Amino acid sequence: MDKRAAFRSWWLPSLFALPQIILILLFFYWPAVAVLRWAFTLEPPFGGAAEFVGFANFKEVFADPLYWNSVGVSLAFALCGTLATIFIGLVLALAVDRQLPGSAPFRFLYILPYAIAGPAAGMAFRFILSPERGLMASVNAAFPDFWNPAKYGSHALILVIVVFAWKWAGYTFIFLLAGLQSVPRSLIEAAAMDGCGPIRRAVDIQIPLLAPTLFFLLVIMMTEGFVGADTYGIVARTTDGGPNHGTDVMVYRIVEEAFRGLNYSGASAQSLVLIGLIMIFTFIQFRFIERQVHYK
Amino acid sequence: MRVSVTTSVFIGLMASVAFGAPAAAAEKTKFEFWYGLSGDLGERVQDACKKFNESQSEFEIVCTSQNGYDTTLQNTIAAYRAKKQPAITQIYDAGTLDMMLSGAFVPAKKLMADNGYTIDWNNYFGGIANYYATAKGELNSFPFNSSTAMFYYNADAFQKAGIDFKPDTWEQVEEAARKLKTAGYECPLAFNFDTWPLMEQFSAIHNQPLATQANGYNGLDAELVVNKTKFVDHVKFFKKMADEKLFVVKTKQLGMDTVPAFTSQTCQMIQTSIADHGTIGKTLPEGVKWEVAMLPVWKGTERQNSLVGGASLWVLAGRPEAEYKGAAAFLAYLATPEMAEWWSTVTGYIPVTKTGFDAMKANGFYDKVPYKGRELAIQSLSFTPTSENTRGIRLGGFTQIRKEFATALEAIFMQNADVQAELDKTVERGNAVLRRFEKTYAGQTLN
Repeated sequence: MDKRAAFRSWWLPSLFALPQIILILLFFYWPAVAVLRWAFTLEPPFGGAAEFVGFANFKEVFADPLYWNSVGVSLAFALCGTLATIFIGLVLALAVDRQLPGSAPFRFLYILPYAIAGPAAGMAFRFILSPERGLMASVNAAFPDFWNPAKYGSHALILVIVVFAWKWAGYTFIFLLAGLQSVPRSLIEAAAMDGCGPIRRAVDIQIPLLAPTLFFLLVIMMTEGFVGADTYGIVARTTDGGPNHGTDVMVYRIVEEAFRGLNYSGASAQSLVLIGLIMIFTFIQFRFIERQVHYK
Repeated sequence: MRVSVTTSVFIGLMASVAFGAPAAAAEKTKFEFWYGLSGDLGERVQDACKKFNESQSEFEIVCTSQNGYDTTLQNTIAAYRAKKQPAITQIYDAGTLDMMLSGAFVPAKKLMADNGYTIDWNNYFGGIANYYATAKGELNSFPFNSSTAMFYYNADAFQKAGIDFKPDTWEQVEEAARKLKTAGYECPLAFNFDTWPLMEQFSAIHNQPLATQANGYNGLDAELVVNKTKFVDHVKFFKKMADEKLFVVKTKQLGMDTVPAFTSQTCQMIQTSIADHGTIGKTLPEGVKWEVAMLPVWKGTERQNSLVGGASLWVLAGRPEAEYKGAAAFLAYLATPEMAEWWSTVTGYIPVTKTGFDAMKANGFYDKVPYKGRELAIQSLSFTPTSENTRGIRLGGFTQIRKEFATALEAIFMQNADVQAELDKTVERGNAVLRRFEKTYAGQTLN
């Protein structure tokens, strides 16, 4: 006996699903098909004869050493950004979850940065961490070029990762705190009775039980780091992809190419490659990391 | 494409006949104008629209800011593809070639002739008009907000450092920088990686080409040549000065761009647009003496005219006929001497016509304190008749090429890359952009 609730007719469920289907078709499949078409043609921006050029756009993209540079930068950004975000969120969540006196306001405060738009955060950090005028100016005065994101690509990359982590740590914090609250109190209390300190309890009990949440955040944050609107916004407002392509992440490159360069074809080819890369990464994550995750 | 444009015009006409006919006598013709200026300058455009609407009762212009030059171009493209384009749009200098090849516009000359306006096209300053004109010199769009790069220096600091000459040549700039440094000024000259003054204007006034085919005017097969001109020596000179800490890099990434560096008196000399003249005057503390001058040249150079920057107004194809009457009326209104003077006064942009300039000169505009010095921009723009190297820049994907060069300068000045090698590499990358542009517009020729 099938216990699932089932509709008797086919049209009623279709009707319920229709709005969602229309939205997906309109805002996902249609643009995706347009990008696909664009990637294989060369068309003047104002329209006109779209000439089919086969894989020429892709060849051009792959032949460009700066493209591979941007793939590397994106990887470094997404990986470091994700790890930093999850680590900070986890530490904050563990601290708040201990419910020490006065921890309630922090629960609220830690979420706040998530409410700020990425470009705005980027703009603020550009000033706060600018080498000649910001917080580091006095350090730079004593040790020249100790911190100079306008000069060193590595510093610039750290800068954009800091902004990204600052903003998104609030997001991971919410999920991790919710996860922690579902860890049975009795387990933690028992461990405490046995003389485990907070760190030991976190490592041996809470983090293993958080594995599904951590895995979910890993996938989400990696995707966000690669293609998120914030990633573009932060880079555009802080470093402009510089110095000398030091923070030229893939999304930044695509938007620049499409809208400043009016090279829709090349940008479409790049986005298809990016979509492919994300599929591969997500696959790897599910294939190799999810195996270590126990849901029950 | 051509068919669908005519069809849409036809449908538009039908619609206006069907719905507009009964009320036509009382109803004003509405048309749209998109512009890229924002903030204070955007407000001034709104003022201009309001003035036009109040000056007559036949048309109503609806002006919308798209918040930025590049977004205006993008939105215009998107709207044109969706057949919802405005009648008039403001496109910046670097987007000129994209517009010219689009076939999506009504040439300025044709528009005015069709609607019964006689415009003296020779009234426009050659240095301004040629940027937006065909190779034959016929204007496609209307020069609107125009500027050029100038040299600003802090006269008080010059006096304190005992400098008794004007920095007309780069040799003098170097001497002034050394004297300022000796007098204790940490940052004699500030510069950033904006290629507009450093590369484009420098090349024009020194009669150096940026690219073959008369900077692209004679064909889409132009190739960049800046890695073989005086520009290379100029960058090397800047590099040497930067190494001696006489010229200092000031970018927003470092904390302060060149204009704030100048107005906060951190730095004593900068190159920037005449459009910043108003801001500089307003921001510098009262009593500080400062001067504006034409960009310096190397000693022994025969100075040529500088290039115009800013944007022009394009009338887009595919709108109902009635809107073109309104668009023509609006553009004719902007060209009246009174409006030209009003626009230059409230913004700092330069007048684009000779009669506009003469009228302003005659009523003493340029002798008044906050505006004094702005006439030098006109002098710089019309220093010589335009030649192959000074007519303008007609290169495809020029926004991207600019960015490539800005990155090269970043590598040279921030990361000590070799000047010649870096410029060679950049020219190669820029040429790739040009070739792709040529391929995108295969079969089209410049007229």
